[in-house]
Amino acid sequence: MNGAPALADVAGSARRVPFDRVLLLVWPAAIFMLALFVYPFLYGLWLSFQTKEGGALANYVHFFTTDNLYPTIWITLKLALPATLINVGLSLPIAYRLRRKSRFQRWVTTLLVVPITLGTVLVAEGMLIYFGPKGWLSQFVQLLHLYDAPIRLTHNFWGVLISLVVSGFPFTFLLILSYITGIDPVLARAASTLGAGPREQFTQIYLPLLAPGLAICFCLAFVQAFSVFPSAVLLGSPAGPTRVISIAAYEAAFEQYDYALASAIAMIMGAVQLVIVVAVLGLRKAFYRGPVVGGKG
Amino acid sequence: MIKHDFAELKLDRVTRRFAGVQGKAFNALDAMSLTIRRGEFICLLGPSGCGKSTALNCIAGLFPLSGGAIWLDDARIDTLPPERRGFGMVFQNYALFPHMSVARNVGFGLRMRGVAAAEIARRVDAALAMVQLVGQAHKLPGQLSGGQQQRVAIARAIVIEPPLVLMDEPLSNLDAKLRIETRAEIRRIHHELDRATIYVTHDQDEALSLADRIVVMKDGVVQQVGAPPDVYEEPANLHVARFMGYRNVLELDVVGNDGAHATLRGQGIELAARVRQPPTGKRAMVAIRPEELAVIDGPAGPNTVAGQVVNVEYAGRDALVDVATAGGIVLHVRGPVTLRRGDAVHVHLPAERALVYPTDGVPA
Repeated sequence: MNGAPALADVAGSARRVPFDRVLLLVWPAAIFMLALFVYPFLYGLWLSFQTKEGGALANYVHFFTTDNLYPTIWITLKLALPATLINVGLSLPIAYRLRRKSRFQRWVTTLLVVPITLGTVLVAEGMLIYFGPKGWLSQFVQLLHLYDAPIRLTHNFWGVLISLVVSGFPFTFLLILSYITGIDPVLARAASTLGAGPREQFTQIYLPLLAPGLAICFCLAFVQAFSVFPSAVLLGSPAGPTRVISIAAYEAAFEQYDYALASAIAMIMGAVQLVIVVAVLGLRKAFYRGPVVGGKG
Repeated sequence: MIKHDFAELKLDRVTRRFAGVQGKAFNALDAMSLTIRRGEFICLLGPSGCGKSTALNCIAGLFPLSGGAIWLDDARIDTLPPERRGFGMVFQNYALFPHMSVARNVGFGLRMRGVAAAEIARRVDAALAMVQLVGQAHKLPGQLSGGQQQRVAIARAIVIEPPLVLMDEPLSNLDAKLRIETRAEIRRIHHELDRATIYVTHDQDEALSLADRIVVMKDGVVQQVGAPPDVYEEPANLHVARFMGYRNVLELDVVGNDGAHATLRGQGIELAARVRQPPTGKRAMVAIRPEELAVIDGPAGPNTVAGQVVNVEYAGRDALVDVATAGGIVLHVRGPVTLRRGDAVHVHLPAERALVYPTDGVPA
């Protein structure tokens, strides 16, 4: 029942327990992490301080003083934050409506897995044809005389935003659906016998229990959206309004062959993501975190 | 919200159909009719799958009815959603809100009713005092023991002073000692509230000790409604008898029947027994509980059968003894703890306590 103190007791007495050899099984994963994540990251960090002229911070100074570099942070945030908010905001009500097991729920989840498996490039290619000025959507709208000029939803901000929603929504939806179905529906029933209507059942029971999961989901979706690259190139205008931070890093690395500057940009990118994630997870602390069933487990 | 003062709750042929396997619908609750008066403690008793929880959920409004109606005095309530019925319900797994403190859990129903904060605090304190949980108000449900959680669930259901308290096997997750203590508590709270309680259980002891009236159910159909002594001593049919602990059920030939008493014979036994339900054919069932049978030393007489002890289960004050007769019948008897396996004994079956039922195609 009372899990936390019991666990603490175990930890307290563990000091004298001999080394558990099962822990050795962690080694392969640890080596993997060291070789493929920690080392490249530290190497990149070191590289970002290697400068031909100026001090160790010259690359960072260069980024924040160059007119086509520092605005990429804002450009990327302007894409990633709305896309994440739209994805989480759309997923929550839809997943809530589909929280009961049904054939419909299975169909929707299957349908939504498809964009995940296709990958961003294929989705971008499809969107170019569908949303382009001569695409089906534009032609259909003109046919109905809803809007007589060709609709421009590609090679600009909107194209990238739509693509981020198309590829990000299934991910947030499935994640939130799994959080919602993990909440014991008896809790909402108990609330209803106590006088809570559908609205209160959502705001008083589901939402507080979902909040920590929503925060995690927001972070994962945001990090994914912030590192947008292929759709910003294919569907956006990579020289102008969708010149996102990953494009700046790509250009530095593979067009100017300035690996040090590219590393510095990557570090800045990571720092911005970290700031947002820490802020959101900090908010999460304000909410209850623990089992989401209402009784003896 | 419906009024809190009422005279009676009436179930009128309440039916609930479920889609079963391969789309075959079945009635989990079949035309249940029952009138519950204010102040009554009703137990719905039956094995799992008998429809007792379905009945409770229908009354609470959590399951829509497939047929019939529910009336609270002259107001029809089966069309109201649960939040507008205002019945307090205690769930089997308590269903406490894990993110709310004990006080906020208990106060939830009052907050939903827009009661003023000071009034909520006062009534929550009173409810926690009633279930003896003073000083636990700030804790989260996860920090409480099972028994304490169970009492929070009761407090949460009664603090809104509902006309009807519904309890779905609230004691099934507690250990034996706590179960008996809480049983008395529930009875006391019921009297203090002076409303009505409907209590679902599969435990006949619980039903016998708590209820003013017991409703015995099987396969969605009400089998018997009666005060505990009626159900215990005079089961309406063989199903009820079996469920109320009539463990010895013999299928015998009817050789005489004067309407009140019958003589039956078979498998080396001849018995006089009381007719509870008139037998329909040449054969009939005789049901008798182990504690009515007596192991006697004396010679064979009327309603007495010889046999050999084949099993003894020690039960403290006495023992549960299985006696096999020459005719191949095994009788379950309460007997002295001095008996040993292999002892030759005589078992007496009192005629007034051996009840005759028709076979109805039910195997013995």
